[in-house]
Amino acid sequence: MSDATNASSALLDVRDVSKAFGAVEVLRSVSLQVKRGEVVTVIGPSGSGKTTLLRCVNFLESYDSGSIRIDGREVGYREAGTRQRRSERDLAAMRAETGMVFQSFNLFPHLTAAGNIMLGLTKVRGKSQSEARKAAEHWLGRVGLAHKADSLPAELSGGQQQRVGIARAVAMEPKILLLDEITSALDPELVGEVLAVVRSLAEDGMTMLMVTHEMAFARDASSRIVFMADGGVSAVGPPKEILAAETSNERLRTFLARFRASHF
Amino acid sequence: MGYALNFNLIWRHFDKLWGGLLLSLELAVISIAVGIVIGLVLAVWYVSAGRVVRATIAAYVEFIRNVPLILLVYLVFYGLPTVVDLAYSAPTSFVLTLSVYSGAYLVEVFRSGLEAVPRGQLDAGKAIGLTPWQRLLHVRLPTMLRITLPALSNTFISLFKDTSIASVISVPELTYGAQWINFNTFRIVEVYLVTTAMYLVTGYALLFALRLVERRFRAAR
Repeated sequence: MSDATNASSALLDVRDVSKAFGAVEVLRSVSLQVKRGEVVTVIGPSGSGKTTLLRCVNFLESYDSGSIRIDGREVGYREAGTRQRRSERDLAAMRAETGMVFQSFNLFPHLTAAGNIMLGLTKVRGKSQSEARKAAEHWLGRVGLAHKADSLPAELSGGQQQRVGIARAVAMEPKILLLDEITSALDPELVGEVLAVVRSLAEDGMTMLMVTHEMAFARDASSRIVFMADGGVSAVGPPKEILAAETSNERLRTFLARFRASHF
Repeated sequence: MGYALNFNLIWRHFDKLWGGLLLSLELAVISIAVGIVIGLVLAVWYVSAGRVVRATIAAYVEFIRNVPLILLVYLVFYGLPTVVDLAYSAPTSFVLTLSVYSGAYLVEVFRSGLEAVPRGQLDAGKAIGLTPWQRLLHVRLPTMLRITLPALSNTFISLFKDTSIASVISVPELTYGAQWINFNTFRIVEVYLVTTAMYLVTGYALLFALRLVERRFRAAR
């Protein structure tokens, strides 16, 4: 099963995306596809371009060349091949189709848990206050925080804040959810509650592209794992294949060996 | 000493002080309101504009901050009408001056607040699909306000006290009222004691009110 031949069925289609910050090439001709309902995990050493790639998918970062399509629509630029940025209005509308959860939660500090979720629903989706409130309560229930609807972010633990972050993203009913090292800023004992939420979303068929350092979670929850190194995709495959200790990919072997040495 | 305090003459003319205080508050409130509009608009413009606009706004701020307010008051009241064909009353002239003056200080307060809003929050606003205008209104400004409230309170108190400068162009605010009583009764110690107390009490009341607002917002951190 080759990704190239099935490209048309991919919900997210990243083709030859390159990006440089000055002289530093952070992405080198990256291609990857995510099909509807798939959970694809990106792993790799820090500085390998994982987060930048994720941020290009909803155009929080621009890219120099290549194409990113969601559901067949070019994301940041008007046409594949041209470098003409979409209007800010268009970009906002495109971004509403992707959900993103951040490493540092990034909740709006002046809004309650419910308020954080309702902002996008009312301002972007045009729902009424009461509809939005209902949806917010539903999603807070899904992440186990129904009782925290009226709490401010500062009154919540890191794990709870991140679960609100997830609820805020999925409440918009995005086509794809982008998860950027969402447990990296959490105390170890809080990681489990957040991953449990992600797992249940995956079981519901949510399409996800996630960057993580949680290898056990990546192994259990992913349809495929992408290993990035030096800004490029070094290996792609099912978890068993990628995380096998005897892989022939030397970079991957080194990464996994280092990872095991530091985590076990 | 030979000087005996006698407040009787002060109380007899107290309407000059009371009316003056009300006018001081009115001058401050109007000027600060206009200053907030100037400050907000220019600060938002500044953080999203190119070099020329930034330099122009910075020049305005630097000019105002490096020229004594009393000089600006003279310039606008005596100078401006001789150059351009304008006629305005002393209070109007002062409000105009203090507005432009407070605007410059408030640009600085708002600008630093806008720049202190964490990038992650703006990213989160983008990620849920808010337009630039919505991000400004619903994400950046509320956070900016919470960051800047303490500095804002100090600036407001300062500007309230600056209304005393209006006395130099005979605007009958509190300090002018005090001067009038002094000239007419020669009870200099008494009148300035009472006036000082009135500035003090009003300043504290303002500060107290602003601190209440701050506390409400700090709870929302």
